[in-house]
Amino acid sequence: MAEAAKVDPMHQFTIQPMFGTEHWQIAGYNIAFTNSSLWMAIAAVALLVFVAGGMKRELVPGRWQMAVEGFTGFIDNLLAANIGPAGKKYVPYIFSLFMFILFANLLGLVPLGLVGAHPFTFTSHFTATGVLAVMSFAIVLIVGFWKHKLHFFSLFVPHGTPVVMIPLIFAIELVSFLVRPFSLGLRLFVAMMAGHVLLEVLSGFVINGINAGLGIGPVVSVLSFVLMIAICALELLVAGIQAYVFALLTSLYLNDAENLH
Amino acid sequence: MPQIAQLAETWSSQIFWMLVFFGFIFFVIGRGMVPKVMATVEARDQQIAKDLAAAEAARAAANAEEEAWRVESNRQRAEAQAVVAKAKAEAAKASETRLAKANAKIEAKLAEAEAKIAEARSGALKEIEKVAAEAAGDIVTRVAGLSVDAKAANAAVKEALNA
Repeated sequence: MAEAAKVDPMHQFTIQPMFGTEHWQIAGYNIAFTNSSLWMAIAAVALLVFVAGGMKRELVPGRWQMAVEGFTGFIDNLLAANIGPAGKKYVPYIFSLFMFILFANLLGLVPLGLVGAHPFTFTSHFTATGVLAVMSFAIVLIVGFWKHKLHFFSLFVPHGTPVVMIPLIFAIELVSFLVRPFSLGLRLFVAMMAGHVLLEVLSGFVINGINAGLGIGPVVSVLSFVLMIAICALELLVAGIQAYVFALLTSLYLNDAENLH
Repeated sequence: MPQIAQLAETWSSQIFWMLVFFGFIFFVIGRGMVPKVMATVEARDQQIAKDLAAAEAARAAANAEEEAWRVESNRQRAEAQAVVAKAKAEAAKASETRLAKANAKIEAKLAEAEAKIAEARSGALKEIEKVAAEAAGDIVTRVAGLSVDAKAANAAVKEALNA
């Protein structure tokens, strides 16, 4: 036990291929079905079940329908507040984005380790969050250039900029615009990874403290355990907040594309 | 850090499955189911707005009805009061004329009766005078043995009676 007590806080992020490792390929690229893919599937199915439960379409909604309508209404309000009436058409995309990230974050926190299974938080991988971020950014670019053609570049010159300052401001704004997909994807990945690492490190303290025998060890264990409980609550909050931030920033970027300034 | 250590082997699989599952969520849930959920909410909101409007209209109608009823009832009350006043006036007039008629009748009767009484009295007085004069004449004749002229007796009696 003393050997196994050495907890590697990064091990939880390891991607393990489940099947299709060798033969599943598209144009030479490996597309093995991994534990990461499995949890994407679980999140998708959970979301499908959740939304399907709210599809009774009753005039007087039950609890489940109320919950689903609460989420759609939340996204609808978010887009109406940030983009205006033109935001209505982005509801399916932002809803999918928000709910997928939310379910992924929350499912990654389910303490399945107690029954021997290993939950995997695919939002703690920038290869996964990057896809979502690039997708959001691509939509912003497509909508922006589709609606405003080359006039979209005026986004980089705020109103009232003195003429002399325009080249410099343009360069700064352009860089800050191009950084958006990275900040969007990395923010979610870092937030999720940091929380999971912290929990893992603290659980390592708990185990090592107990193994250290009588003395200061158990005290450290108890303190770490109390801290873990608090951080678990915090992580639940972060799971929601990060999903919200992702959806909110995407809608703000879409607002730039829809309405320029 | 497995995210970076495994990057070379796993990035294509991660991106592929991410696109697959996000695509599934977007097209099946986002495009397929969310609009229906929102349509339900929309329909409910419209139903509520419609019901509220209907209730408001009904309230306005009820108010108008009440107002009309009040006006009507005021009018009818005024009419009734006019009818009552008219009837009262007519009744007063009728009773006045009947009273006047009755009064006149009574007065006529009274006058007639008084006339009769006066006549009877004067008749009676005359009779008395006559009887008294005769009696006086007789008395004088018997007492004094004088024969008194009827005319003189009459005048004396009249004097005595009217004194």
